[in-house]
Amino acid sequence: MGELAVFIILSAITLVSAVVVVTSGNIVRSALSLVPTFLGVTGFYILLQAEFVAGIQVLIYAGAITVLILFVIMLTEGGTGLRVRQINEQVPMSILASAALALLLISVFIRAPWPTAKEALPQYTASGIGEALLTNLVLVFEVTSLVLLVALMGAIIIARRER
Amino acid sequence: MNWGLEIAKAVGLAVVMFTFLAVVGAMFGVLLERKIGGWIQSRLGPKHVGPQGLLQTIADTVKLLQKEHITPRAADVAIFNTAPLIVAVAGLMDWIVIPFGPTLIVRDLNIGVLFFAAMASLTVVGILAGGFASNNKYSLLGGLRSASQMISYELPMAAAFIAVAMQAGTLSTVGIVNAQAQRGWFVLWQFPAFVIFLIAATAEVNRVPFDLPEAESELVAGYFSEYTGMRFALFQLGEYAEMFGMAAMATTLFLGGWRGPLLPPIIWFLLKMYLIVFFLMWMRWTYPRLRLDHLLNLSWKLLLPAGLIWILITGFVITFF
Repeated sequence: MGELAVFIILSAITLVSAVVVVTSGNIVRSALSLVPTFLGVTGFYILLQAEFVAGIQVLIYAGAITVLILFVIMLTEGGTGLRVRQINEQVPMSILASAALALLLISVFIRAPWPTAKEALPQYTASGIGEALLTNLVLVFEVTSLVLLVALMGAIIIARRER
Repeated sequence: MNWGLEIAKAVGLAVVMFTFLAVVGAMFGVLLERKIGGWIQSRLGPKHVGPQGLLQTIADTVKLLQKEHITPRAADVAIFNTAPLIVAVAGLMDWIVIPFGPTLIVRDLNIGVLFFAAMASLTVVGILAGGFASNNKYSLLGGLRSASQMISYELPMAAAFIAVAMQAGTLSTVGIVNAQAQRGWFVLWQFPAFVIFLIAATAEVNRVPFDLPEAESELVAGYFSEYTGMRFALFQLGEYAEMFGMAAMATTLFLGGWRGPLLPPIIWFLLKMYLIVFFLMWMRWTYPRLRLDHLLNLSWKLLLPAGLIWILITGFVITFF
């Protein structure tokens, strides 16, 4: 009962602010509306007892990515105070496409068996995640860090060339 | 789980926390700040309202409550009104994981330290939003400075957190305090992390010598220039809540938290916390403000590499000893 109520409230928060993100004419408001969206998703993680992921979600997405987006908007010439149209004349086409996608997803969700784990959830997920990242998933982990490192260096080189 | 009871408990604790922080943190903190400032600069500080100026902050708060709310005509009203709330709430949320005693904690989350860092990082959204919504170039500059500064200093702070969590073997704040009962205070084992944390924490709460976002002499108070009355007070409350939160976190992570002989745990905790608060105020009234490029260089070229190397050393030590 309580979980259902929390789920509905969190969904409402996430969806309403997500709609503001894609419809608002003010680009800064769009960016700021990302914060409640991310926090709503964080609530889902907590509901699913994935506290570590929830903490990371707030730290990275709500705290850092949003600020990065805001920063870029405010430093871009003409980015602020401008009224942007987020909708163009292709509305019917996009409604068709998204309806088709929704239909596909819903049919998949209905048919999936959704197996649940038999044993109890681990009490403390952080160490489990750390261990998985450094044993079974070490290759994925290292390749991801390499990609991030290359992106970082690329950003620095592009930023320096402008002088 | 009884949801009604949980919600009632959460509301009750939020009220207690808010009152505690507003009274002890912000009001007493401002008085302390002015008294210590006066003492360091050889002047008297507030003296006339109440005995030894003790009631000065209450008079100031009453004055702020009576002031008119002014919203600039060109401001983005919705964001303008929300921004102080984000800062204040993010500052208050920090306190959920602070253990005042073995059982005196709102919730001993098993991701306590991560939660603290996440909530501290939310403050910057409020500051940036406030700076932007004021529609004033000084406010915007203050907000942008704050954003670049807080993003830069979050990383060394996270490095300090990680080093401590590695040695304690847990992210829970109560667990970290208990780990210090066996091995002694982490300020001895983790001294570099302690120094990094203190510097990064001072920068995170935008205090002198890292107060570029407000910098009254160049930016006329930065991101909150346009705020009046209680909204301004909310920004101040958030800042003080965050500062006391950082001091409480330093106490928990490095100074053994509530542990100490003879006196009850909460007294020990407050003593240590106020020691750190005093240190932060001492720095504020002693050092001049840094230049922006020096500030960013300090974080990216000195604190962050030092933090990473310290994580590496900690890893070696706990693996091989």
